[in-house]
Amino acid sequence: MHKLPFVDVLAEKQDHSRKQDLESFEYTFQAEITNVYPLTTTEKLYQIQIIDQEERMRFSFKPGQFVMLELPGIGEAPFSISSSPIRHGDIELCIRAVGNMTDFLARVPRGTRVGISGPFGTSFPVEQMQGHDIMLIAGGLGIVPLRAPIFAVLENRNRFGNIDIIYGARNPSELLFTYQYDMWRQFDINLNIIVDTGDADWQGPVGRITTILEQRIAAAPNMGKNTYAIVCGPPVMFKFVCDMLLKAHLPMQQIFVSLERRMHCGRGKCCRCNIGSTYTCLEGPVFDYWSVMNMKEAI
Amino acid sequence: MLFRVFAKDQLINLYDILAVNHIVGPVSKGVDRHGAPLYDFDFIYDFAELQLDYTATIHSLKRFVLPPRETLCTFDLQTDSWQKHVDFNADKPIVYFGLHACDINALNKLDKVLLGNVFPDPYYAAKRKNMFIIGVGCMPQPFCFCKSMGTDSVLHGFDLFLTDLGDSYFVEIHSARAFTFMSSMECREPRHSEHQRFLEVTQERMNRFTCHVDTTDLTKILDLEFQADVWQEWGKKCLSCGTCANVCPTCYCYGIEENVDLSLQHATKTKHLYSCNLIDFAQVAGGHNFRPESHDRLKYRYYHKHRGFVEAFEESLCVGCGRCGQSCLANITVPEVIRSVRGEGGDHA
Repeated sequence: MHKLPFVDVLAEKQDHSRKQDLESFEYTFQAEITNVYPLTTTEKLYQIQIIDQEERMRFSFKPGQFVMLELPGIGEAPFSISSSPIRHGDIELCIRAVGNMTDFLARVPRGTRVGISGPFGTSFPVEQMQGHDIMLIAGGLGIVPLRAPIFAVLENRNRFGNIDIIYGARNPSELLFTYQYDMWRQFDINLNIIVDTGDADWQGPVGRITTILEQRIAAAPNMGKNTYAIVCGPPVMFKFVCDMLLKAHLPMQQIFVSLERRMHCGRGKCCRCNIGSTYTCLEGPVFDYWSVMNMKEAI
Repeated sequence: MLFRVFAKDQLINLYDILAVNHIVGPVSKGVDRHGAPLYDFDFIYDFAELQLDYTATIHSLKRFVLPPRETLCTFDLQTDSWQKHVDFNADKPIVYFGLHACDINALNKLDKVLLGNVFPDPYYAAKRKNMFIIGVGCMPQPFCFCKSMGTDSVLHGFDLFLTDLGDSYFVEIHSARAFTFMSSMECREPRHSEHQRFLEVTQERMNRFTCHVDTTDLTKILDLEFQADVWQEWGKKCLSCGTCANVCPTCYCYGIEENVDLSLQHATKTKHLYSCNLIDFAQVAGGHNFRPESHDRLKYRYYHKHRGFVEAFEESLCVGCGRCGQSCLANITVPEVIRSVRGEGGDHA
């Protein structure tokens, strides 16, 4: 009779060296919702701080990455981080109340303990973009993942050339972060806001994002190789905007998009986020335009 | 690799040596509507239950390594905070007695994505590292196409592998602990004639394969034929029921759900295996579904298995066990789908 020994995968003496990885797989940072700012009728900005101070400082992310936000007993879902990377584990998530978990989140008070795991995914290559002109183009909720690179670029303003931010929404009441536009403009940038349909108070332009982009491209006919573009928005927008950028001679590996998919793990396991067969959580959510063209069903 | 030979009546001794552990093996589960015997993997408590000459099991081993429902963690909820308790749900080593090469290969493929990837999955690892695997040679069934997928033989990922030589078993030993077990039972080194006999048996098995899939350039063909009409045809047949993923030994995708108990003091986070053919697989909050049509989802399943996994790991995520085709309520089989995508046959509609 031979009794097989029980192998504890986390035991010290086990030589498969990924013990720490195994331990961290299910690790969730305890965090607290320190502030909630209603932005529109459906979107709120949640300021979430990791409670343990050491963990908070160790938590570092790059613009474009996302976290899994967990409400124990309610659910877990992926959200792009919209705050500046220099703030470490004191992050901001802009969330629209649209499903089971986000509806619940919209009702929780300040001080609620939540779980944060991550950061996951790829990021916008902000370092690689230094010394170049930057175009940040967002449609609707696309401004949410774009806000982290906006901060990253503005905080190091002198390392970049011309900065253009083009942001479009359906109507003025759906515009997000309106209180920050004046602050952004102080950094010598070109901020263009456009809405599909204006209202009585709306003074700015009315139309599609592509209208502004067209004017911008016409004004700088040889932007070409020296420009990096980041595009976030609904799938329809990607196609039109990226086509225009390609026509303006931007190399496709200098155009970046952030894609959205359903996710249940964030760790390349559950397959829910697969595009064709690429994991959005591992190889994305930030893809260059070549990858997008190369993947089936991406946009 | 070391080899041994033991007489067939010694098999019960091997069983007895290991019987102090939990043993899972193929057992008889009645007959189907044509009177053919049905088998499945289950815990075995008596040597007589073990059906080593089984044809194929309905389900794979997945129930034991990737349970259909698994509690990942529990929470203690207080008014202003919570504690998380993680349990990997593995508490005992299990002997798997009598796996065919395809099922062992399936585990090896799962290892690539669940253990060798950026984030290794500890729930899987805890179960996988507590397996003692005894493989057994098989005779190809009419639906087996493992030869085409290169998974008809197995090179690693097991402890012992038995091949029936008629009156004795030819044993491949692949681990130190297996070697220890073998040394405590009556066996000897194979003679030259037994080497020959082993090769004959292997060759005979090779000749019995009747089902083939042409995988030449399949990744490219799948890309080329992404918009092909045949997918629509298969989509019309597919019921989007997810049975194929249920019986598949390599399907690992899942969903997570969290529940609070009635006292509001505790919560659980549960993982349940899912299927990419189910309608809400890729539906995001707000209602947009990235794969709304049945043919989109069926196509995606083939893309993941025969293209995406190949791109990532140089091998397909299909072991050719044919279980999905056998269980499919609409009679969709992998060989037929791939043949039609290659533009051969055309009798699919």
